[in-house]
Amino acid sequence: MIKKRYTFLIIVCLSFSTGHVFMPRSHALELSGYAAVEGRLFTDDPLYPEQERHVISLAIEPELYHKWEGGPSFIFTPFIRADSADPERSHVDIRELNYVWISDTWELKVGISKVFWGVTEFVHLVDIINQTDFVENIDGEDKLGQPMVHVSIPRNWGVLDFFMLPYFRERTFPGEKGRNRTQLIVDTDRSVFESSDEENHIDFALRYNHTLGDWDFGIYHFNGTGREPSFTLGFDPGGLVLVPKYWLIEQTGLDVQAVKGNLLLKLESLYRSGQGDSFYALVGGLEYSFYNVVSRGVDIGLIVEWAYDDRDEDVSVVFNNDLMTGVRLALNDVSGTEVLAGFIIDLDNSDRVLTIESSRRLRDNIKIVVDAYVVLQSSEDSLIHAIRNDNNIRIELVRYF
Amino acid sequence: MSRFSILLFPIMSGILFLPVIILSLIPSTAFTQTPEEKGVAIAMEMDRRATGFRDVTAHMLMTLRDRHGRESIRKMRMKVLEVVGDGDKSLMVFDNPKDVKGTAFLNFTHKTGNDDQWLYLPALKRVKRISTRNKSGSFMGSEFAYEDISSLEVEKYTYKWVRDEEYNGMDCFIVEYYPVDRKYSGYTRQVSWIDKTEYRSHKVEYYDRKNSHLKTLTIKGYKKYIDRFWRADELNMVNHQTGKSTRLEFNDYKFQTGLNDRDFNKNSLKRVK
Repeated sequence: MIKKRYTFLIIVCLSFSTGHVFMPRSHALELSGYAAVEGRLFTDDPLYPEQERHVISLAIEPELYHKWEGGPSFIFTPFIRADSADPERSHVDIRELNYVWISDTWELKVGISKVFWGVTEFVHLVDIINQTDFVENIDGEDKLGQPMVHVSIPRNWGVLDFFMLPYFRERTFPGEKGRNRTQLIVDTDRSVFESSDEENHIDFALRYNHTLGDWDFGIYHFNGTGREPSFTLGFDPGGLVLVPKYWLIEQTGLDVQAVKGNLLLKLESLYRSGQGDSFYALVGGLEYSFYNVVSRGVDIGLIVEWAYDDRDEDVSVVFNNDLMTGVRLALNDVSGTEVLAGFIIDLDNSDRVLTIESSRRLRDNIKIVVDAYVVLQSSEDSLIHAIRNDNNIRIELVRYF
Repeated sequence: MSRFSILLFPIMSGILFLPVIILSLIPSTAFTQTPEEKGVAIAMEMDRRATGFRDVTAHMLMTLRDRHGRESIRKMRMKVLEVVGDGDKSLMVFDNPKDVKGTAFLNFTHKTGNDDQWLYLPALKRVKRISTRNKSGSFMGSEFAYEDISSLEVEKYTYKWVRDEEYNGMDCFIVEYYPVDRKYSGYTRQVSWIDKTEYRSHKVEYYDRKNSHLKTLTIKGYKKYIDRFWRADELNMVNHQTGKSTRLEFNDYKFQTGLNDRDFNKNSLKRVK
């Protein structure tokens, strides 16, 4: 058990020591990254007494990068957030810490890294390698660093990717003081695993992707501990809590995108067994773009996507039968101004959610991000009912260095 | 035709057309050449001279200047691979502004049909296939449009020689270029000043869809690399309708560095740094 626990550590250490063999002709370490201050302004009083009204927080993500001439490259990207309200949101993570070796016929990455799979905009269904850093943002786009050995084999007939994932990362959840939480808080200290190895179970994934004319597609199989937990009720001294349970699953996923002129056609689909009854889920849609509108350089994209999940409503599924429409606006100006507005309609109940993401540069190295998340309507039996009072505007100032 | 394109992404010449070029360039009274034939012959000769570079890398510094003289800087690196029988492959990575650092474009041009383009977003580690219909839009807020910086194929324009004229002490052809893909181009025509000795473009005037003069590009500082290929150090694009301008400087050109197809796939896009 102890042996397994340190498997990953040994791999990282080995990678460091062998990396030094390539030391000659090295350049200086490159330091970059960002520091950000974030304010979240909630328009309604909190639903639960422990929650704070407004939240301010600081985050920093430096990146150290080094490439040896003709040899490997090394990257280290820690992430630190300090949150005024929620100790669970104040957290530290290693987003990346890895070595990459490239040869003519294969690429090897060892260490902590991030991998994204998928094509759609509102739901990232098939993306599975990295765990969601849910306390960061409820859109699920922030991810925790995942330890891995990743071999990629690019060929004329496509790219084969093989992943060995020696350590499991648990999803983060807001604490009792945090907004955007369920009525019963998730007690991440009591997580339950189907595997007796718990988070040391070794997961595997194999993916093939290729481009054929206007079509890009990828297909994968994942074997290991699923990233999405189920919940059971638990008893804490303070009362009832939700206990996450992580299952051993088999999951096959597919992502396809076609480019037809101004139109992008997108589909993601998965089939999972091992977590309750086997089920499938899909999200698909299209994005149509108008470019250089009235010769002002403005691009407008219209997005329509539909997400479906085969599971029963009682499972923690947000996108079970939802229609998502969106407008993407890119001004293509010096400030790089961009806006993405989305309207999400649950076709099974009365849930209606409005999302806005926007950003622009204020200076060469300063960017402002303004997001909004508004639950316009929610039905009592739905998951988002718990966050109906958490409508907020998030303003973030990011300083790059 | 964008001079930028011809500078950056010189195209494969049609070897089959070589006899036509040679014939068409012979000053002769035995047969006459229409302005269109002369225009296409000049384009193909430029193409022929630009062929055979195999691959090239360079650093780019783009300075955007608004009407009030306020400046904004973009830094990029690019790699281009010549593809025999089709359009070139190119990879462009941003180093500045810092919020887009590591953002990269991978482009496969094709002689006929749509080009292929992928965008890499480093924050999400996401590779996105994008539409190549966005030809006339601004590239990163600059006065260069996407079609000005994408690879160029002889087949994508029709041509007409207008007249000869001296420009900066050089004897030049003036040739007009008309986009074949009229629906998506932002131009009705481009007028180019090409010197007769080395077939390099020195000035281009761009006419918008209403055929009014939109932009002028001037090209300076030509240097010869590996004894054969001319590349400019500086391109200046002035927009006459907005008063804005963009200066694009190139440095550290390296030819025949041994790049191959594997440096231009979706995997390489993710590790450009």
